[in-house]
Amino acid sequence: MKLRSLKMRKFFDLAIKMAAGFSAGLGIVVLCWILISILSHGFKAINWSFFTNLPAPPGVAGGGLANAIAGTFLITVAATLMGVPVGLMAGTYLSEFDSDASKLVLLIRFFSNVLMGIPSIIVGLFVYTILVRPAGHFSGYAGAVSLAIIMLPVVARTTEDMLAMVPDSLKEAALALGAPRWKVTFHIVFRAAKSGLVTGSLLAVARVSGETAPLMFTALNNPYWVFSLNRPTPNLTVTIFNYAMSPYPDWQQQAWGASLLITVGVLLLSVLGRLVIRERKS
Amino acid sequence: MKGNRGSNFHKKTDTFFRYLTASCGIMILVIMAGIFTGLVVNSRLSIERFGVGFVLSSAWNPVTQDFGAASSIYGTLVSTGIAMIVAVPLSIAIALFLAEIASPAVSRIIGPAIELLAAVPSIIYGMWGLFVFVPIMANCIQPVLQKYLGFVPLFHGPPMGIGMLTSGLILAFMIIPFISSVTRDVFDMVPAVIKESAYGMGATTWEVSRHVIIPYGFKGILGACFLGLARAMGETMAVTFVIGNDHTISPSLFAAANSIASTLANEFTEASEPIYLSALVELGLALLVMTFVVQVFAELWLWMVNNRGEKGI
Repeated sequence: MKLRSLKMRKFFDLAIKMAAGFSAGLGIVVLCWILISILSHGFKAINWSFFTNLPAPPGVAGGGLANAIAGTFLITVAATLMGVPVGLMAGTYLSEFDSDASKLVLLIRFFSNVLMGIPSIIVGLFVYTILVRPAGHFSGYAGAVSLAIIMLPVVARTTEDMLAMVPDSLKEAALALGAPRWKVTFHIVFRAAKSGLVTGSLLAVARVSGETAPLMFTALNNPYWVFSLNRPTPNLTVTIFNYAMSPYPDWQQQAWGASLLITVGVLLLSVLGRLVIRERKS
Repeated sequence: MKGNRGSNFHKKTDTFFRYLTASCGIMILVIMAGIFTGLVVNSRLSIERFGVGFVLSSAWNPVTQDFGAASSIYGTLVSTGIAMIVAVPLSIAIALFLAEIASPAVSRIIGPAIELLAAVPSIIYGMWGLFVFVPIMANCIQPVLQKYLGFVPLFHGPPMGIGMLTSGLILAFMIIPFISSVTRDVFDMVPAVIKESAYGMGATTWEVSRHVIIPYGFKGILGACFLGLARAMGETMAVTFVIGNDHTISPSLFAAANSIASTLANEFTEASEPIYLSALVELGLALLVMTFVVQVFAELWLWMVNNRGEKGI
């Protein structure tokens, strides 16, 4: 190590500290900048008809995105109903049958991490090839399946982490009383890890409810009310994409409104989730 | 007798429980395999017609049905490269700030705030990029770059705001929170004794970081960077809004370009001929292979590092 004068070293140290502080400041600035632009543009679009009316053609006042709000809600609920139970079970397998240290557990753990990193647009493409193409039409169910696939590894891995935090002595006490494994898991382990499991699922829902790319190839979009998920289903995120790319100012305005709705929803869910997790950890 | 029957029943339900959970776990493997199979089967038409040349050809003409992936792959690599060049140093600086420099009270506020950036959906980055960031690029940043660095071919062409550079920067904003939070965890794992002995020798914060913390956590940081890389490569919406969608390879970072993900997002629902659709699916397959390789490498790397670390301690 080269020796430098104390003054130089201290000066260099200060410079690095300032650069690091500046980088952190930059992160905060970008976050605030995004939030402020979403809020300031979005609030102009939010009014009563935004929540109650169907989309209007460009130039016609009073259009809303009620159908897309309902569609996003339905698709997300359907995805949650599919993704969360399967993810919970998979996570249970990884955590509770880990004692086998079987190759299968290692393999599943490894590939659920890999699956988490596969781009969501690829998942959409996959669901298109297995559901949309054979059926011959786009559908809300296909959209829900693609979101469920994105949720699955996330829920599985958080479930595993949360269940691993439950003390072994608790399980052993129940097993020693003669309780069967599944009862121990559902009545003891799940109960002890309840808030963690709920939070993990919340974070997974937050993650998929802002997804756009997989829905473009599966749920598509639709300017009318949705009565069946077996048809192209309107949703907020694809609507944002279509409206933002359009040349009409009033459609762009609606896109800002939809962005505000999605951002607030997703951030609320994830802040809520993080708070609960932090409480558990401390 | 009754007790016996009960325990038999419990044994059966336990076996059932085990198989049920295992099959849910295996579902993950099936999906992973299914994604590969689905994309290969559906791109067969294009694979048979264009062969290996698909990856090298920069043709993209739906009318003559001549397709090549070169411009999309190039765009994905370059935009990701820009993102990594910007994001990695900034992320490490942020992680150092949070772990070493800032007081705990400050990092308890700034840390979660930066992590919140990771929760913002990518389409929001796209909206913000197109309507807020692109005008700033066009009016302030690109003209300044052109004025002082205009002799470099990278900065030729009209400053339109959209293009490769803008996409790379927005990707960087998206992966910074991700890389910095993993890096921060790595830094927090450096044993306090090691840091304190360096401080005790009279080292400054930077010297401790440079010679103790970063070397100690180097492998973890590398793993975090690879995970960030895989993320940036597959990012769709943020890029599609601002990259300009043009199938030409230009040396300028200001020119409109495309990436695999943006091509898919823009053209997939318009593709009517089977060969067009098949070529798009093959593009997706190329992206899948790229992210899969990076992701598997990152996971193996982190797994190796963690296991060795456990054995070491």
